Amino acid sequence: MANPGLRQAPPVESSSWLRLLPPATRFVFRGPAAAHAAAGTVFGLRLPTTPCRASMRPARAALWLGPDEHLLMAPAEDLGALRSAFASGLRDIPHSLVDVSHRQGALELRGPDAAWLLTAGCPLDLDPAAFPVGMCTRTVFAKTEIVLWRTAAEAFHVEVWRSFTAYLVGMLQEVARELPQ
Amino acid sequence: MLVIDCPYCGPRPELEFSYGGQAHIARPANPATVETSDWAAFLYLRSNTRGLHAERWRHVRGCARFFNALRDTTTDKFIATYRTGEPAPAIDSRGDR
Repeated sequence: MANPGLRQAPPVESSSWLRLLPPATRFVFRGPAAAHAAAGTVFGLRLPTTPCRASMRPARAALWLGPDEHLLMAPAEDLGALRSAFASGLRDIPHSLVDVSHRQGALELRGPDAAWLLTAGCPLDLDPAAFPVGMCTRTVFAKTEIVLWRTAAEAFHVEVWRSFTAYLVGMLQEVARELPQ
Repeated sequence: MLVIDCPYCGPRPELEFSYGGQAHIARPANPATVETSDWAAFLYLRSNTRGLHAERWRHVRGCARFFNALRDTTTDKFIATYRTGEPAPAIDSRGDR
């Protein structure tokens, strides 16, 4: 029997402020500082060493998650090439590389209300002075864990674990009902 | 909400942290030679401090790192935070060094 207490997952419909991003290649790279340079060479983008900062170029993004942990993102079609490049480029360097491409999905929040929508569930100060463009961090939104990255003054990239996407989108849509139509 | 100063990420909201028990308890290097009573003390005996307490915290919803904190258990004020492996700063409960 269907549990009447379980809410139907809301459909993720793109709107003026919300967009579901296409599938991507995602790696969690962990290793000591010595491995960062080699990983940056293989990935084609230097891994940020400043806490809570991201570096990016077209088709590549590297997000600082912890002192020895980075989230690397690339287009979905680069998965196989990157995996073999890492395997050969870091053969002799101790590190951990985990493919989390399918573990999480990504949303983009855009527009003048993006930060306001996020503050409904995220306890961080999202003022541009405290959370400038290029800052990224793992944090919480309501009851789910997210990786939040400010890609522009009025745009956020949000990584969320796949099975929490419906919850996150549902919460955001709930909050967005307060926006003037 | 408490704001806790993560030694890696800076000041962050309490929601992102989890408590990890009393700090500076070293596991005996060679457990086989430790008396049973001493091993039980290592496992179970913890101080129940009123006042300044050194304890482990983890920024689990942030950089995921463990670190140590000096917290006043009567006021819940975080006096100092420092990285694992560093000695506890010599500070009294008023926050004076």
